[in-house]
Amino acid sequence: MLELRGVFRRVGGVAYLSDVSLRLEPGTLNVLLGPTLSGKTSLIRVMAGLDRPSAGSVLFDGQDVTDRPVSKRNVAMVYQQFVNYPGWTVRENIASPLKVRGTAPAEIEREVKRVADLLRLRDYLDRRPMELSGGQQQRVALARAIVKKAGLVLLDEPLANLDYKLREDLRVELPRLFADSAAVVVYATTEPSEALLLDGVTVAMHEGRAVQSGPTQSVYREPQDLTTARIFSDPPINTLPVEAAINPARFAGATTLALRAHHVRLQPRSAASDVYIAEVESIEINGSESFVRLNVRGQHWVMLARGIHTFAPGTSLTVYVEPDDMMQFDAAGRAIPSKREAA
Amino acid sequence: MKPVNHKAWFLVAPVLLLVAISAIIPLMTVVNYSVQYVGSTGRFAWVGDEWYREVLHSEKFWNALWRNLVFSGVILAIQIPLGVLIALNMPRKGWGVPTCLVLMALPLLIPWYVVGMIWQMFGRVDIGLMGVMLRDFGYNYEGDPMDAWFTLILMDVWHWTSLVALLAYAGLVSIPDAYYQAARIDGASKWAVFRFIQLPRLGRVLTIAILLRFMDSFMIFTEPFAVIAGGDPVFLSTELKQTVELGKKAAMSIIYFLIILAVSWVFYAVMTRNDGEPTSADKARGGGA
Amino acid sequence: MARLDLSNIRHIYGPPGEGEPQYALRHVNQAFEHGGAYALLGPSGCGKTTLLNIISGLVHPSEGRVRIDGVDVTDKPTEKRNIAQVFQFPVIYDTMTVRENLEFPLRNRGVAAAQIKRRVDEVIEMIGLGALARRRARGLSADEKQKVSLGRGLVREDVSAILFDEPLTVIDPEVKWTLRTQLRELQRRSGMTMIYVTHDQTEALTFASGVVVMHEGQVLQVGSPKDLFEKPAHTFVGYFIGSPGMNVLPTKVDGAALRIGEYFAPLTSEPRLRGNPKLELGIRPEFVRLAAEGIPATIERIEDIGRHRIVRTRMLGHSVTALLQEHEPIPADPHLYFEPEGVHLYADSWRVELSGKPAP
Repeated sequence: MLELRGVFRRVGGVAYLSDVSLRLEPGTLNVLLGPTLSGKTSLIRVMAGLDRPSAGSVLFDGQDVTDRPVSKRNVAMVYQQFVNYPGWTVRENIASPLKVRGTAPAEIEREVKRVADLLRLRDYLDRRPMELSGGQQQRVALARAIVKKAGLVLLDEPLANLDYKLREDLRVELPRLFADSAAVVVYATTEPSEALLLDGVTVAMHEGRAVQSGPTQSVYREPQDLTTARIFSDPPINTLPVEAAINPARFAGATTLALRAHHVRLQPRSAASDVYIAEVESIEINGSESFVRLNVRGQHWVMLARGIHTFAPGTSLTVYVEPDDMMQFDAAGRAIPSKREAA
Repeated sequence: MKPVNHKAWFLVAPVLLLVAISAIIPLMTVVNYSVQYVGSTGRFAWVGDEWYREVLHSEKFWNALWRNLVFSGVILAIQIPLGVLIALNMPRKGWGVPTCLVLMALPLLIPWYVVGMIWQMFGRVDIGLMGVMLRDFGYNYEGDPMDAWFTLILMDVWHWTSLVALLAYAGLVSIPDAYYQAARIDGASKWAVFRFIQLPRLGRVLTIAILLRFMDSFMIFTEPFAVIAGGDPVFLSTELKQTVELGKKAAMSIIYFLIILAVSWVFYAVMTRNDGEPTSADKARGGGA
Repeated sequence: MARLDLSNIRHIYGPPGEGEPQYALRHVNQAFEHGGAYALLGPSGCGKTTLLNIISGLVHPSEGRVRIDGVDVTDKPTEKRNIAQVFQFPVIYDTMTVRENLEFPLRNRGVAAAQIKRRVDEVIEMIGLGALARRRARGLSADEKQKVSLGRGLVREDVSAILFDEPLTVIDPEVKWTLRTQLRELQRRSGMTMIYVTHDQTEALTFASGVVVMHEGQVLQVGSPKDLFEKPAHTFVGYFIGSPGMNVLPTKVDGAALRIGEYFAPLTSEPRLRGNPKLELGIRPEFVRLAAEGIPATIERIEDIGRHRIVRTRMLGHSVTALLQEHEPIPADPHLYFEPEGVHLYADSWRVELSGKPAP
C-alpha cells in the first residue's frame, strides 16, 4: 500500500502540490483525474521518488520511503511518450528489467513470452521498436513495466499519444493487465471517460490538491463539490443559477445547479420532466454522438445526443431535464445531498 | 522549511578538484609570477603592477593586439559566410553526403604545424606551386609583410572553413521539411527562405562557430611561427614567445586571457540575447502538471 | 476558389519495378466541389497525408492526374498551384512579428501595400490575434503559433483551396474544442474550399460536410457524418467511425433475413448477391437491444462510462457489444435483439444496398 501524508511540493515559491494525503491499495487501478497542470505529474514524480516533497511523507507498506531515491524503490513507470531502447529488439526491451536484476535466462525467456502474450506482442519480438506502430510501441513500454514486477507501477497518461481507436482497444485491456498483480497501480489521465472505463478508485485533482477520492462510480455520481463535478465531466458540466431554473423553490438552499451533458434530452423521460427552450450555437459530432452547444436562459450548455444531428446554428430547440438529475451546490460550491440519495 | 542535503557536495567534489588542478592552480601560479621579478638564479622580488604597466605602455603590444583583432575579424568575415554558403550547397541525400563530409573533414585532420609547413612550401618562389604561379604572373611573392598576411589568412581559411561548413550543415539538416514546404506554398524566394528560415534557425550553431573561430584565431601561434619563423607579422602569441622575462610573460598571458574572455563573453551575450525570452508556452509548461 | 479533381491516382513508395510495389495510394478518384468542407479521415498510414501532398504538389503521383477547374496541374510545382497548406506542427517565421508573418505570402506575390493591410487586418480579426499582432512570433504559445500558420493560409484570397494536415495535434484539449468550431465557422464565412486531414473522428465529422474515409491507400466511403454512422459502406468504416465500433459477425442470407446459427435477423428487403462472397452482418452497438427474447447471450463485462453502459456479451461464440442507456435495466436471462434498421449486410466487406423488393 502506498500512503501519502500531508505532501507539499513547492519550487521557487510556486506550489505544485498542497497537502495531499492519500492511501492507495494494490489490486485496483488508482486513477488520478484532473486537467493539465492540476498536479498529476508532480504527484507521480513524488510517488516515484524522482522529486522529494517539500513537506510531508511517503510510506510504502508502512515504511517511510520519503528520502529513498528512485533507484532504490522498485518502481516502474510508463510515460505519455513511447520510451523504449531503440537499438534493441522488442524481446530485449522486455527482458531488460529482468537482466538488470540477474534473472536466470530460462526464467527470462518464460516471463518475456508470458507478458508478450498478454500484450499481443508475440509476433513482434524480433523487431525493433521503431518498426512498430505507436500502439505497439506503447505496449512494449507497458510490457517492460509489467515484467519488472515492481511494487509501484506509475502510468502517466500512457494513451494520450495514440490514435483514438488504439486508445479504445488498450483502455479495455488495461484493467486486465494489472488484475492479478500485487502492485499499487497509479494511472494519471485528463479524461473522465477513461477513469470510468478503468473503474477502480479515482482521485480528483485540482490546483495541486486531491479534492476528492473514492470508488470511481461514487466520485462520479456524488461529487462533494462543484470543482469535482467539473473535473469529472466531459463535455463540460452545464450549470444554472438556481433563480434561472424552472420552479426554483424545489432546490431550497442551493445556489447553483449542475447537469451533465447527457442529462439534457431531446425527449422527456417522465411526466415530471422540466421543459427548457434552448437556442443551438454549434454542433460537434464524434461518429455516433452529437455534442450540441446550446444557449439556455443565458447559460452556455452542451447537450450530448445519441446519433447524428445537424441542427443549424440559431435553431430553437425544446430540451427536457429531469429534476432528479440536477446536482445542487450551495454558495461555497459544496454539494447538497439530493432527495434521491437520501431516500 | 526545507532540509538541506549536504550529500550533494560529495558529488560535485571530483569536478571541483579537476577544475582546480587543470585551470585554477596554473592560472594562480601565472598571476603570482606576473607581480614578481624572477631573476636568473630563481630569486623572486615583488614588483606589483609594474609588468602590467610596462606591457600596456609598450607600443609593440598594442600593435600586436590590433593585428590580432584585424586578423580575427577578417577570418570571421570570410569563413562564416563562406562556410554557410558551402553548407547550403552541400547535397542532402545520396552518395554525395558521405563523400562531401569526408572531404570537408580532411583539412581539420591535419596538425596545425604541418599546415604551416605545407603553405610555406606552397608559397616558395623557387619550387612552390603558388609562388611559382604568382611569379609567372609577374608578382614577386614572399618578402613583404602583406604577402605574409595574405598567406596566413589563406591558410586559416583553407584549414578551418570546413569546420564552419560542417556545423552549419548540421544546423541546416535539422530544419524540418515542413518549413521548406510552407515557404514554397507562401511563394518565398530562395533569398527569403535563407533570410527567414535558414538563417534564424542556424543562429545557435553559428554562435558556436563564431566563438570557436574567434578564440582559435585570436590564439593563432603555431601557423605564423611555421610560415614566418619568427619574422613579421607579429601577433600577441609570437610576441609572448619572444619575451624573455618570466614576470612580463606572465603579465602578458593574463592580459591576453582577459581579452579573450571579455570578447567571447560579449559575443555570446549579444548573440544569445533573444534566446532568454521565455515563451508563454514555456511558462505554462513550467507548472509541470 | 475552384473545383479539384483527382483521377486515377496511384502512388508507389520507393523505386518502381522491384518486387511487390508498396502502394501508398491504390486507386483514387475523388472530386472536391467548390466551397466545400472536406475531411480525409483514416488511421495512420492510410495514405491521407500522401493524397493531401499530391493535391498541393509537394508529392508527384506515380500515376493519375490532378485538375483544378479542369486545368491539369499534375506537373506544376506547388507555388504555381495557388494552394495554401497548414501543417501538423506550426510553421512560423520566428524572426518576424505576427503581422509580418501574415503579410509574407502577399508580399512575395507583389500585392499592393494597401490591399495587404486591408486583408491582413481582416485575417487578424478572424483568427483573433489582434492583441498579439506586433509580437515577435517566436515567443508565442503552440496554439497561438498554429493560429498564425492558419492565418497565413487564409490570407490569400485567390487560393483554390486550403489544406490542413492534422492541424490540431499540438493543441491542448481545452483549446481544441474552440479551435475546431472556429475553423468550421471560418470555412462557412470565407466560403473557401478546405480539405482537412485527420485521424480523429470528432475533428473530421465536426469540420466536414463531406468525409472521405481512407484505409490502406483506398477511399472506402465518401459521405456526410450521418451516412457514415447510419450506412457504413465498408466494415472498416463501421469499426473506425463511432465508439465503440460496429459489431461484425459471419452470416448467411435466407430470403429477406440473415441467419446466425439457428437464429434470424430480419432485413428490410431481400438482398441480391452475385457470385459467392464472404457474407457478414454488421450492426452498431446502438442498435443492439438487451431483451427477454432474441438470441441468447452471456454478459462478459459491463463498462459504465456515465452517459451509457457498454455491455460486452458473447453470443453464439461471437463477441457482440451493446450500448445501454443510463436507466435501462439488464434482464436476468439476457437475449440480444437486433433492430432491423440497424442491420447491414456486407459481401466481401462491402455493404450490400438493400434496394430490392420489400420483404414479404
